[in-house]
Amino acid sequence: MLKIFEQLGGFLTLMRSAFSKPEKAQMYWKETFRQAKDIGVGSLPIIAIVSTFIGGVSAVQFAYQFRSISLVPMWWIGSIVRKGMILELAPTVSALLLAGKVGSNIASELGTMRISEQIDAYEIMGVNTPAYLIGPKIAASVIVVPMLVVIAVALGIIGGWGAGLLGGFFSTTEYFRGVQDGFDGYDVFIMLVKAVLFGFTLSSISCYKGFTVQGGAVEIGKSSTQAVVLSSIVMMIVNFFVAFLLL
Amino acid sequence: MIEIKNIKKNFGSQQVLKGISASFENGKCNLIIGKSGSGKTVTLKCMVGLFEPDEGTILYDGRNITEMDFHARKDIRREIGMLFQGTALFDSLTVEENVQFPLDMFTNQTAAEKLARVNFCLGRVNLPNTNKKYPGELSGGMKKRVGIARAIVMNPRYLFCDEPNSGLDPKTAIVIDHLIKEITEEYNITTVVNTHDMNSVMGIGDKVVFLHEGLKYWEGNNKEIMQITDGELFDFIFASDFLKDLRRNAKY
Ligand SMILES: Nc1ncnc2c1ncn2[C@@H]1O[C@H](COP(=O)(O)OP(=O)(O)OP(=O)(O)O)[C@@H](O)[C@H]1O
Ligand SMILES: [Mg+2]
Repeated sequence: MLKIFEQLGGFLTLMRSAFSKPEKAQMYWKETFRQAKDIGVGSLPIIAIVSTFIGGVSAVQFAYQFRSISLVPMWWIGSIVRKGMILELAPTVSALLLAGKVGSNIASELGTMRISEQIDAYEIMGVNTPAYLIGPKIAASVIVVPMLVVIAVALGIIGGWGAGLLGGFFSTTEYFRGVQDGFDGYDVFIMLVKAVLFGFTLSSISCYKGFTVQGGAVEIGKSSTQAVVLSSIVMMIVNFFVAFLLL
Repeated sequence: MIEIKNIKKNFGSQQVLKGISASFENGKCNLIIGKSGSGKTVTLKCMVGLFEPDEGTILYDGRNITEMDFHARKDIRREIGMLFQGTALFDSLTVEENVQFPLDMFTNQTAAEKLARVNFCLGRVNLPNTNKKYPGELSGGMKKRVGIARAIVMNPRYLFCDEPNSGLDPKTAIVIDHLIKEITEEYNITTVVNTHDMNSVMGIGDKVVFLHEGLKYWEGNNKEIMQITDGELFDFIFASDFLKDLRRNAKY
């Protein structure tokens, strides 16, 4: 228990220095941009593939359930897939995928830099290392994760459409009638809130885990696993509270 | 000149430095020697502020770094260059970007000026035409050279080298040693080198500090060290029985 508070204290201190004033703003922008590109481009394929199939599976499943209830028109599927993707599936699935991909990446990168004394080398030069190495990663993640989630929604909806056509559940016009029907901007707002919070949680926890590694290669592996597990758990808790408070 | 006074450092219950005082002079290669685990790296890291000593003062030409906070230290850090034991090159950056990084971060030079300076430094360490390579593509000796180029790019007044020739063959090690000595004399830098290589001691040891079990055991230069005939330092220098016999039977 004491250890948890100790870690929390360390985490908060690190976050405070991560957002202190940069020495040279231009270098920080450059780094943020580089990180954004890494996180975004690197994660796009997996998010694209997974969300397309999730959209497809949702469409198939609802079609299967609706067939037994003949009262429900099939065009509703479009509406249900959309709502499901926006409110829950796209943000959550992306978050978990990103925890595995970006979280472990950040933690092992910073861990390696710590062990190989690269962080000390920055420190010696007079660089404010938490600000330079952590700040841009968190900023990039907070910007890029919402973009990825928006893409995930779009591809999920397309996946549902493809699966429906393949199975002959509905026509294209029916499906997109459903997709447009009862569209609520508030859902999108919730999705964005989640995405921003996930982006922050994921990157800050992974940065903390990587930045504070001590030891050698074994500890780097451990810390990147911990980064994935811990950030997944915390994101799901955050997810619950967002739903609980905002819905 | 750098002076350290009564530096103490513990890790948990282990006393690593038990009160070390020494001074390191301008324009000279000041060597810290000692067995593996004797506290050389810890001493160096205390001096540059990567570790906080538990006790003691560290004066950079009279400026006490132990009393300074992060911002006050920054000015001194700009005057420090360091070559790490494992070189600590930034592995996501090319050789050129590595050397250029301090210029990018701390100066407002134009791209052309920075490139000129980088090329000058890489030329100075005899590494032309490697600008676009990544550290992973270099040999150990080349990495050390890049490390030195990065350390001197800001014209430091103080240069720290932690085992600059560990992992190098004897010949390359001597080349690196001489490079450090030349640069030290050329720019009148205060250089502190950690080593346990006797070739370095003989070759560049203008001043030698021998650490043993967390204390300064001996201090002198490379001429004086050869006169030693017993004690811990003798054991350290003439580690093998072969060398000990050789020394004992020598005429001086
Ligand atoms: N970060 C640390 N935490 C705990 N103990 C440490 C730490 N760094 C060094 N030590 C301990 O301090 C002692 C001195 O280590 P140091 O690295 O200074 O040795 P060294 O003289 O540089 O040896 P080598 O020649 O092998 O590099 C060792 O016993 C080591 O275990
Ligand atoms: Mg050492």
